[in-house]
Amino acid sequence: MTVQQILFLLVAAGTLGSAFMVVSVRNLVHAALWLIAALGGIAILFVFLSAGFLAVAQVVIYIGAISILIIFTIMLTRNVAIDPGKQMNSSWVGALIIAVALFVLNVLILSQWSEINKTAPVLPAQYDALRLLGLALVNPNGYVLPFELASVLLLAALIGAILIAWGRR
Amino acid sequence: MVPLSWYMIFAAALFSTGLFGVLARKNAVAILMGVELMLNAVNINLVALWRYRTPEGIAGQVWAVIVIAVAAAEVAVGLALFISVYRRRKTVVADEIDLMKW
Amino acid sequence: MNINALIWFLPLPPILAFFLIVLVANRKNWISHTLAILAVLLTWAAGMVVFFQAIQTEHLALHPFESAINWFAVGSGYFQIGVLIDPLSTMTLFFVIWTVLMIFIYSVGYHNFGQPKGDHDRPGLPPHGATLSDAHGHKHTVMSIEPMYARFFAFIALFAFGMIVLVISNNLLTLFMGWEIMGLCSYLLIGFWYAKPSARAAMIKAFMTTRVGDVFMLLGIAYLYTQTGTLTYTEIFRPAVLEKLVATPAVFGLFGWSAAALIGVLIFIGTIGKSAQFPLHVWLPDAMEGPTPVSAMIHAATMVSAGVFLVLRMFPLLAAGWEPAAGQLTPPMMFMTVIGSFTALFAATIAVAQNDIKRVLAYSTISQLGFMIAALGIGAYVAAAFHLFTHAFFKALLFLGSGSVIHGMEHGVLHTNDHIDAQNMFNMGGLRKKMPLTFWTFVIGGLALAGFPILTAGFWSKDEILAEAFHSQQWVVLATLALAALLTAFYTMRQITLTFLGKARTPAADHAHETPWTMTFPLVVLAVFAVGAGWFGIGKDFPLLGGLLPNVFHDFVGSTIGEAEVVQFSIWPLLISLLVALGGLTLGWLVYRNYQVGEVDPVQKTLGSVYKILQKKYYFDELYDTIFVRPAVWLSDVFANWVDRTVIDGFLHAIANVVGVIGSFLRNYIDKPVINGFGDLMASITQRLGFNLRPVQTGKIQQYMVYALTTAAIFAAVYFWIISSR
Repeated sequence: MTVQQILFLLVAAGTLGSAFMVVSVRNLVHAALWLIAALGGIAILFVFLSAGFLAVAQVVIYIGAISILIIFTIMLTRNVAIDPGKQMNSSWVGALIIAVALFVLNVLILSQWSEINKTAPVLPAQYDALRLLGLALVNPNGYVLPFELASVLLLAALIGAILIAWGRR
Repeated sequence: MVPLSWYMIFAAALFSTGLFGVLARKNAVAILMGVELMLNAVNINLVALWRYRTPEGIAGQVWAVIVIAVAAAEVAVGLALFISVYRRRKTVVADEIDLMKW
Repeated sequence: MNINALIWFLPLPPILAFFLIVLVANRKNWISHTLAILAVLLTWAAGMVVFFQAIQTEHLALHPFESAINWFAVGSGYFQIGVLIDPLSTMTLFFVIWTVLMIFIYSVGYHNFGQPKGDHDRPGLPPHGATLSDAHGHKHTVMSIEPMYARFFAFIALFAFGMIVLVISNNLLTLFMGWEIMGLCSYLLIGFWYAKPSARAAMIKAFMTTRVGDVFMLLGIAYLYTQTGTLTYTEIFRPAVLEKLVATPAVFGLFGWSAAALIGVLIFIGTIGKSAQFPLHVWLPDAMEGPTPVSAMIHAATMVSAGVFLVLRMFPLLAAGWEPAAGQLTPPMMFMTVIGSFTALFAATIAVAQNDIKRVLAYSTISQLGFMIAALGIGAYVAAAFHLFTHAFFKALLFLGSGSVIHGMEHGVLHTNDHIDAQNMFNMGGLRKKMPLTFWTFVIGGLALAGFPILTAGFWSKDEILAEAFHSQQWVVLATLALAALLTAFYTMRQITLTFLGKARTPAADHAHETPWTMTFPLVVLAVFAVGAGWFGIGKDFPLLGGLLPNVFHDFVGSTIGEAEVVQFSIWPLLISLLVALGGLTLGWLVYRNYQVGEVDPVQKTLGSVYKILQKKYYFDELYDTIFVRPAVWLSDVFANWVDRTVIDGFLHAIANVVGVIGSFLRNYIDKPVINGFGDLMASITQRLGFNLRPVQTGKIQQYMVYALTTAAIFAAVYFWIISSR
């Protein structure tokens, strides 16, 4: 058991634990905070996977924007009576069964794959993933189109969200 | 040293957790949080597979970036919808938003 | 000039005229009669060319003008039809084209062409006169034009076609076709004035009676065909074929006859029907319901002659096996002798007691045809052919003359408004002065009929028959025919005296006048023939006159059957002829010359109750009515009402009812409960299912997602572990 493996296990356990708390606590604000923790754990894992840009992007976008947005919405949609009540709906047993079943299925299917237990290959020297990513995103022979489309999508979402939430008094 | 299988099993567990949250939580915002967890699990998968299978290419990371962008857009629209619904129905409990029943 | 082509051409103009008149010219009277007369003129001209060509040909009988074509395939060969001009058909063609032409011309005047349309005339009834007023407002009635003028000419054109076909054909099949066409035309023309019930009855009677004869004739033809495989005359009359027919016994060994005898008898029965011999004579007197040209043409000169023509044509077959010297007649000849002579006397006795001018002539025709058939029966081929020839002319003349008389009387009736029967001889009288041309031609015809010596054609032919009877020592035949000849002369003179001589007995007769030239011109032409036709048949050893003119009949016509017998001249038959002819004429004149109006008919006075029987035609019509007509009507009534309506319709109604019951059963017990029920059941199941499944749709998305994921998981599991591992 190497250091990397132990570190990985620790981070993974933390993330999973946070995730579990997200879906089970009663207080929604607490759930949002646990979400932030889980997202942070994900960012650390991105670092382990040598995707530095993604780790930063994860922190900035997810934790910095999306989670805050979620907290705003929680605040805006609270009932006057703050009593959260039960947080699981009537069919939570079925949902649990399904979730577990899907997980088991997933793992079983994965175990059929022969290369599942490989270790990471060595990165080449002077490997600048960030530069490569940047170039790929603007390269006409690369991924400029999805990049542009993603920006259009964001614009549309922006406008749409404003319109939907505008509300007429 | 960490085999790929650990990452993928981890991602699967995260995904299932998020799924449970989507299916079992009452509040709409809580459901959205579950969706976020699922998207992140997918991202982990993507990046892990990129790192372990095709590290010279960059497609995996690009894809992960796009996923993040899309998730952001989706959250924005979804929360706007929740606010709009809250204004009308004074509730964001999923069970009570059941106009599409028979 | 290809003579065969000309012979084929002969029947074409009349049939063309028929179609043109019927299809195109039906409304225009003058076009119709022009087409018809033109057609008959063409046929007449072509026929005369053929005639002259034929009589100038040496040994025409051995080398007749014959031409045949294939008609339809029979077995491995073809059935052939064609034309044949041998001496017999030459002679017949001659008198047919002349009499037909004359009668066509006569019809123009008879149907009052050029006269105004009648006041109350309608198609189907004879014309009844038109009222004209002149400048002073005086009204008088004149004869009106026949409303169905064009139709008449169409029919007689069709008839002419049928007769020509019959005469020129070289086989029994086309002869039969011509025969039947004429039968049809006879039917149509007897009932020309179809709105008269008597005409309708007469047309059916004529057709039915001749049909009886035709059935037997067809049987004979069919039997002949099965025995010989051919219907062409030249094939049948080959000696080998005739011998074989004589040697073969008839079917079922009937009466011990040979096949030839049976065929001959059957074919002769056709003649009995067509030529109105006893017992199928009943239709001819009733056929006088038709217009007079019809009576003249069809029932005197041509159609009834066709029956005699047939037996003349088939004589070699009828006489097959006959040895003239041995004297034993073949069964057909025996049959013909008996029927012919009986009919001759029988009809003559009836004619004596008839008052209608046309009826007398009708019975006279029957009687004269009996003469011809009796002559043929005893083997006098030439005599029979000769009498056929002369009779056609003088009988046509007499009928046309009677038509002229009736016309004159009709005119008188219209003029005086004295509505008497214009055809009753007892209403006539003194017409000699009013209608001289008609009178003289009628006298010539009447004398020919009676057999006035030397000057008239009838004498020569009748004398020949009596001479033959004498020569073959057929005493019974001779006596019968002589008696019939006596009666013929008597009733002829009776007719002439009552009609023309003396004083007019009614105002109508007093006002009669001569008929137009279209009617008197044919009378004159026919009178010429009635006088002169006989001179070409004078026997060679007749005292004084024999040998002056060639005996065309014996030499030419007789050659048809090979060597015809030469009859030695004998004084006795000549004396008998003179006695009966002159005696009968004188007797008739004496009895009737002083007849006054209102007196009882002298014959009636003499004969008393016998007269009644004669006048009623021996009650044969009543007999046939009881035996044949009433049962037939009863049978048809049974079939119509009982069988058709009750049984067949009842059966059909029963089936309909059964079907109705089955239908309603199916409807109520199968269609509604089972089929409809099944459909309704499906619908209600679906509805129930839908109703019960509805609660699944809770509107709660999370539940939907759970279901979806469950299903997806199951599919994935199935796929991965079951399908992909196979």
